Amino acid sequence: MAETVLINQVEPPARPAGWRGIAADWSSDQRAFKNVSWGKAMMWIFLLSDTFIFSCFLLAYMTARMSTTVPWPNPSEVFALTIGDKNIPLILIAIMTFILISSSGTMAMAVNFGYRRDRVKTAALMLATAAFGATFVGMQAFEWTKLIMEGVRPWGNPWGAAQFGSSFFMITGFHGTHVTIGVIFLIAIARKVLRGDFDVERRGFFTSRKGHYEIVEITGLYWHFVDLVWVFIFALFYLW
Amino acid sequence: MVDVPFDTVAGVPPAEVGEVELYHPRSWWTRYVFSQDAKVIAIQYSITAMSIGMVALVLSWLMRLQLGFPGTFSFIDPNQYLQFITMHGMIMVIYLLTALFLGGFGNYLIPLMVGARDMVFPYVNMLSYWVYLLAVVVLASTFFVPGGPTGAGWTLYPPQAILSGTPGQDWGIVLMLVSLILFIIGFTMGGLNYVVTVLQARTRGMTLMRLPLTVWGIFTATVMALLAFPALLVASVMLLLDRLLGTSFFMPTLVEMGTLTKYGGGSPILFQHLFWFFGHPEVYIVALPAFGIISDLISVHARKNIFGYRMMVWAIVAIGALSFVVWAHHMYVSGMHPYFGFFFATTTLIIAVPTAIKVYNWVLTLWRGDIHLTIPMLFALAFIITFVNGGLTGLFLGNVVVDVPLSDTMFVVAHFHMVMGIAPIMAVFGGLYHWYPKVTGRMLNEALGRFHFWVSFLGAYAIFFPMHYLGLLGMPRRYHDIGETAFVPASAHDLNAFMSVAALIVGFAQLVFLFNLIWSLFKGREAGGNPWGAASLEWQTPETPPGHGNWGKDLPIVYRWAYDYSVPGTAMDFVPQNEPPAGLSAQGAHP
Repeated sequence: MAETVLINQVEPPARPAGWRGIAADWSSDQRAFKNVSWGKAMMWIFLLSDTFIFSCFLLAYMTARMSTTVPWPNPSEVFALTIGDKNIPLILIAIMTFILISSSGTMAMAVNFGYRRDRVKTAALMLATAAFGATFVGMQAFEWTKLIMEGVRPWGNPWGAAQFGSSFFMITGFHGTHVTIGVIFLIAIARKVLRGDFDVERRGFFTSRKGHYEIVEITGLYWHFVDLVWVFIFALFYLW
Repeated sequence: MVDVPFDTVAGVPPAEVGEVELYHPRSWWTRYVFSQDAKVIAIQYSITAMSIGMVALVLSWLMRLQLGFPGTFSFIDPNQYLQFITMHGMIMVIYLLTALFLGGFGNYLIPLMVGARDMVFPYVNMLSYWVYLLAVVVLASTFFVPGGPTGAGWTLYPPQAILSGTPGQDWGIVLMLVSLILFIIGFTMGGLNYVVTVLQARTRGMTLMRLPLTVWGIFTATVMALLAFPALLVASVMLLLDRLLGTSFFMPTLVEMGTLTKYGGGSPILFQHLFWFFGHPEVYIVALPAFGIISDLISVHARKNIFGYRMMVWAIVAIGALSFVVWAHHMYVSGMHPYFGFFFATTTLIIAVPTAIKVYNWVLTLWRGDIHLTIPMLFALAFIITFVNGGLTGLFLGNVVVDVPLSDTMFVVAHFHMVMGIAPIMAVFGGLYHWYPKVTGRMLNEALGRFHFWVSFLGAYAIFFPMHYLGLLGMPRRYHDIGETAFVPASAHDLNAFMSVAALIVGFAQLVFLFNLIWSLFKGREAGGNPWGAASLEWQTPETPPGHGNWGKDLPIVYRWAYDYSVPGTAMDFVPQNEPPAGLSAQGAHP
């Protein structure tokens, strides 16, 4: 975090390892998580809260799917594309998943180069991550369009339970919004990195606080989380 | 020698992080309106919450007028009665109590009590208030839209919440859901701040086990809110989609006004599960800060350390954790597997154990204490009584076989008003009388305060104690007019009239309180920095009211817990948390 610079005048006593270390940290003063900045702690706690949101969405969807009395459309057929003359199930989703997981790789590299203060590589990798994310959202838009053309609506579809369309649009829409917000943040912070804001500790426009390269890692935490959520959506919605 | 309870001062560890550079306001607007100072945000939250709370108070008068004198007031028709009920409940639970305890007390007290200069992210904290204000405005706007506010009851159960039989079907329900979503977004921004400030921004020497119990209560409640509100958010989004897009998450196939609706295949019970997964923790989100505040008030005004501090902390944490596994006790009559009823009844009754620990510890703190019957102490005692009362009826309602006949009667209304209406509001009042001198530098008027206390406390009993009896008779809740019923005797109607008169009187006493708040701001007695002789950190600020950054040049260093009262051998009957032990000067504590 911005202002939490370690004071190095006094050598901190060696801290015990393992559970004893956790107990020692939590019974100490000032900070429960030693060496965790405010910003990072805040992001982790926000992600915990967000986990509960996605869990509620997925549990609600699973309840609907398990209790429906009419057939649930078969995802393998609904999400199949005909390429050439071959009907390949889930091919688009597979590519989307591959792209999103690749973007986590570029994000992790961006964090690494950020801490090395390599402005150009950090910004390039963040923009690559944003490009992957935008591609993902674009493919999702394609998928939505295809389903809507085939007659899938939030209130009904040609193949069975109406909750299929409702859950699909709600959950992927909510996840897609998360990805979109992530892309916007990635671009905004890549711009700051490229401009050298974090080298000169330029103050934020809104918060008037000094910026640090750690924000790259915090953005990365959010990005990896959005990725992880997709894995669960993929498993529970498409593969079930 | 000073008795230091948990660890002797072998040395306060050195500062781990450097000082935070605060945002310095440059104009009147950024100092008092778009302020990033937690203290100003706290006052903004409190004023907004109390203003919308006054609306809910007036709604309760209108309901009581109708119940006490049915047929007399022709301007209250059945639809309006339902709208009053819904808005009264929603405002009181979420927009008043949650916002006041966490946004108001939390913002003001957390940085001061943990020895921080401000919340960790003041800008986000400011946004939190403005989003909350927007949520309140959207909620209040439903009174003026065509069809008026929703009349679905504060639980907003589908399918009736979005069908045309319910008032406010056009606009009311939509704006209510939008307002809830906004509230949750705003709260999340503030809540993240409170949690990170408590965990990561304490001053030197302030360990978690030296925090005043107020901070423990608010902290635990905030963590719970961050985990419980997501369920309400999801339920609101899905209900909104059902209403606006015609999805059927919660809507089964049904006939409305003789025609088959477009809905089908959804589950109303799913909504109830999501709602109560939020709704039950919500009870403790308003109760835990009250527990904490009451613990501090009792200790300060009985001049005695809190009994069993560690057990009090663990009880707060245990109640917080248990409250996530009891939600379906609100759904005994919704129909569920008997084993589930057994499970949820058991977990519900287990909560009585940590709660009883807290009540016993309060009473044992009072035991042989030097009790000063100040106004905060009076409210604290009233809290214990009303909370025990409401808690005991909770044991009735937690049992499936007792709950089923009592469900949807006035007994339930009496129970939850005692336990999460009157009791937390007593803590709010006690807290306001206690901390008002720190916020304004002046004492609230004593005579008006005592009048306010006795009328509110006795009046609340006059309203809600007879209500238990009406409930046992079988009088249903949410009915506009009982009419002629064989099982409700004529005397019950007299009792209803009596309760309504009491409600009007209690309501007017609150106006006296509001007058006192404003009058004392200008004419109140000068309070000085520490009028109650309290040991916790917020009373040790160099200025009163505390200035921007709270602590002047140097942050305080904490040497002890917050409850060193009447320590033998000390000059005063309390030892402030930042007073170094004998033999250690403040400067020479440690490099």
